[in-house]
Amino acid sequence: MSTEPIDLSRESNDVGGLLDRGAKWIFFACALVTVLTTLAIIVVLVEGAADFFSQVSVLEYLTGTEWAPRASDDPSFGVLPLVWGTLVITVGSALIAIPVGTLTAIYLSEYADDRVRRTVKPTLEVLAGIPTIVYGFFALSFITPIIQYFYPEVGTFNALSGAIVVGIMIIPMVSSISEDAMSSVPDSLRNAAYGLGATKFEVSTQVVLPASLSGILAAYILAISRAIGETMAVTLAVGMLPQITTSPFAEMQTMTAYMVEIGTGDASVGSIGYMSLFAIGLTLFVMTFLMNVGSMWVRSRYREEYE
Amino acid sequence: MSTETGTDVLDASEKSIRRMRRFGRIFLGLCLVATSIGIIALVALVADVVNEAWGWLTWEFLTHPPSFQVENYVPENYDDLATGPGGIYPALIGSIYLIALTAVFTLVLGVGAAIYLEEYARESYLTRFIEANIANLAGVPSIVYGLLGLAVFVRAMGAGASLIAAALTLTLLILPIVIVQTQEALRAVPDSMRKASYGAGATKWQTIRNVVLPEAIPGIMTGIILSLSRAIGETAPIIMVGAATTMFGPPDLTDPTGSFAAMPMQIFAWAMEPHAGFQHVAAAGIIVLLSVLLAMNATAIYIRNRYDRRA
Repeated sequence: MSTEPIDLSRESNDVGGLLDRGAKWIFFACALVTVLTTLAIIVVLVEGAADFFSQVSVLEYLTGTEWAPRASDDPSFGVLPLVWGTLVITVGSALIAIPVGTLTAIYLSEYADDRVRRTVKPTLEVLAGIPTIVYGFFALSFITPIIQYFYPEVGTFNALSGAIVVGIMIIPMVSSISEDAMSSVPDSLRNAAYGLGATKFEVSTQVVLPASLSGILAAYILAISRAIGETMAVTLAVGMLPQITTSPFAEMQTMTAYMVEIGTGDASVGSIGYMSLFAIGLTLFVMTFLMNVGSMWVRSRYREEYE
Repeated sequence: MSTETGTDVLDASEKSIRRMRRFGRIFLGLCLVATSIGIIALVALVADVVNEAWGWLTWEFLTHPPSFQVENYVPENYDDLATGPGGIYPALIGSIYLIALTAVFTLVLGVGAAIYLEEYARESYLTRFIEANIANLAGVPSIVYGLLGLAVFVRAMGAGASLIAAALTLTLLILPIVIVQTQEALRAVPDSMRKASYGAGATKWQTIRNVVLPEAIPGIMTGIILSLSRAIGETAPIIMVGAATTMFGPPDLTDPTGSFAAMPMQIFAWAMEPHAGFQHVAAAGIIVLLSVLLAMNATAIYIRNRYDRRA
């Protein structure tokens, strides 16, 4: 019974209104704004970055290990320290959010009864609705003091605190999307496994988890992409010292935190600081764009179709 | 002989079952611990902010401009102060005005785009491209929208670091979410209602205006309010657009091209102050911000429950 729906609509009766005939195009223009937004983002970033790269070689930018754009005598423009800071926060937060979020999703989908799920899931989603500036404050006033209690030599700004707080922030992204994926696994699969004598643990980890893998992976990638673009929490918690170090207790700077530093410092148009905003912005955009496309691809490529 | 091996096998399988059960219990324990981590973090966050703000959040805090002296925020000192206490007033008004402006743009663009995609667009490459593009825009970091706003609205269009530039930036930022949620609200309107309207001789636009939209309004409003409550907490884009760090008066309500302060920016400025006392001030600001957010969410939930006929 899959006939094409018949379109009964007519454009206009007798005189109609101008609006009646124009409505479609007005609404189309609204939809077009979203496409124009993407175009504008790309044009703005590429144009600004082109200005920057007319003064700084791409090679120096991509391979330099020192980021000191405002050093008066000999500024250096190696983006690697900022990329390193971003990577440390991203990997650190993923190490927290992925196991915690996945186990939470398994509990909510497989173990919790309906009432528990209906209260816990929205409660966790509140975490996603809290402004990121609040997470930055939380890192400074709560998490860093706890770290300092165990390691008194740790400074106010440190990567660990930032990674923890970003990790907490993206837990609901992992848990909610994974839970949706797990809940959509049909019960017949579970019952078949139980019929073979499987325990709940085996059903959860060997049937439901693999069956919903594409949705779970998509959730991971989205959460990681979110961590890369996260700004205020890392600006407040991680600090503003671009450096490549393996110590999680060290102050660092992420790409986004650098952008805030320039943004609050009133960079004048045409200055190298202003132009560097767009080069960093383009780098950030390309990274998150690839992850978002990857997430969509994984979801469609490995989707298990049921029914 | 054979019976012995039989019990051995039985023993072995019993052992493995027991081991499986033990794994199962440990695993369930891990799951419970993981679930509680998120909840504990939420409770700790709220408790920490309330604890820091305790005693600093006063009526005067809501009704006075900010101050650079932390003593101005301590209620015990109010009597000695010639200047009066410090507060969040200009940023609070600025944020509300900013969100009101954003709401107007969002309503027009978001609902318009969703109507096109749901009611007019046929399945085509263009439609699929627009929808994929919207999904991708939802994942663009908010600070990149800030750069867009800086280059297009602030510089190219010459709006300066103004309310209108910030509102347009926030509109583009939340547009993808608003469109998706409005599409869902439109999709929930049963097709039979559209057909009945067509059958009565109505045109497409009349059907949308008189039948589809009234039916979908609660869902649309819920989506827009939830998106706006996200926008009101956004800091990174308004920093890039150039929101004032500190303003001593509320923005001029008749002139959206003026400079403005907004709560998240003000909280950021306070949190970055080296004096430790400003941590309490920042926390008090966060409570105000979260209260506004909570009020908006409550409104959205109220609308949803009030008008949801299926419930």
